[in-house]
Amino acid sequence: MSKFKRHTGKAGVGKINTASLPDIVFMLLFFFMTVTVMREVELKIQVRLPDATQGKKLEKKSLASFIYIGEPLPQLQATFGSEPKIQLNDAFKEVEDILDFIAQERETLDEADQAKMLVSLKIDKDTRMQIVTDVKLALRKANALKIMYANIPVEHLSSIN
Amino acid sequence: MARRELHEINAAPMADIAFLLLIFFLVTTTMATDTGLMRKLPPMQDPDQEQSDDQQIHERNILVVKVNKDNMLLVEGEIIQIGELKDITKEFILNPNDAEDLPEKIEKNIPYFGFVRVAKQAVISLQNDYGTTYGVYIAVQNELLAARDEVRDELSMQTWGMPYDDLSEAQMAAVDEYYNAPISEAEPKKIGGE
Repeated sequence: MSKFKRHTGKAGVGKINTASLPDIVFMLLFFFMTVTVMREVELKIQVRLPDATQGKKLEKKSLASFIYIGEPLPQLQATFGSEPKIQLNDAFKEVEDILDFIAQERETLDEADQAKMLVSLKIDKDTRMQIVTDVKLALRKANALKIMYANIPVEHLSSIN
Repeated sequence: MARRELHEINAAPMADIAFLLLIFFLVTTTMATDTGLMRKLPPMQDPDQEQSDDQQIHERNILVVKVNKDNMLLVEGEIIQIGELKDITKEFILNPNDAEDLPEKIEKNIPYFGFVRVAKQAVISLQNDYGTTYGVYIAVQNELLAARDEVRDELSMQTWGMPYDDLSEAQMAAVDEYYNAPISEAEPKKIGGE
């Protein structure tokens, strides 16, 4: 007992210094903030997803690759036009690039997960089917057959036509 | 002589605030989960082979759903509203009265159900135009999937008293076999695109 007393007596305070705890937690916080922002692709197109009632949750986001289709953002329309475009990762791409994109995405997965790979199509609801059909054909060629039409979950569908 | 050696602000609540922020970010980022209609694309095939497959399916076993460039819906030769599609599809899958123009039923042995009469060859054929709007296409897909899911849920509730999603894998496979109406998508027509 006396041994302890001598030590603490010298330090002056009898408790652990918690001043560094906030620093550690802030570090964690910033880590999560940056990681979650980094995962999101910077969208260069406008995507208003269609509504659907039968949507299933995407269970494993790591297995999914994303293909975005829609009109370029208003500020980019001067350069890229207003026709719907395909965006893969951070850049506008053509249908022909999908084959490479899928191969690349497949490479990043473990061998065991490659069969479970899923392609999530995030397509603007006013897009014409032509480009969508071309993309689907390209996916078939790339043998990426599991797809998901991303949508906004709703209880009831409002009538369209 | 100064008695107090530690002359600082108590930083203990700081950690609490930081934890609160951390938890807030964790929760909000996981909340935004993606949902979507799960579909499977058919593997690439020889065009010749595909044609011969199509010919084998009898007229009554196909539910033809066409969407044109003006987003109008044509089902079995009749123009309908999208709200009607689900019931038509359900009737097609079920064929409750063994109607002549709905899918032919064949006796089949399915685990859990024994010998039952199922519409083994029923196919839903979805055809869209290049000019169809994606939103309408998804709405149609949604209705077709809704019809299929409802039919499966009803059977599952009848047999086991629980929804389809809670069934074991073997039970699911049995239900899938009972009501097996794949949605097949033909190559779209080019007419009236743009």
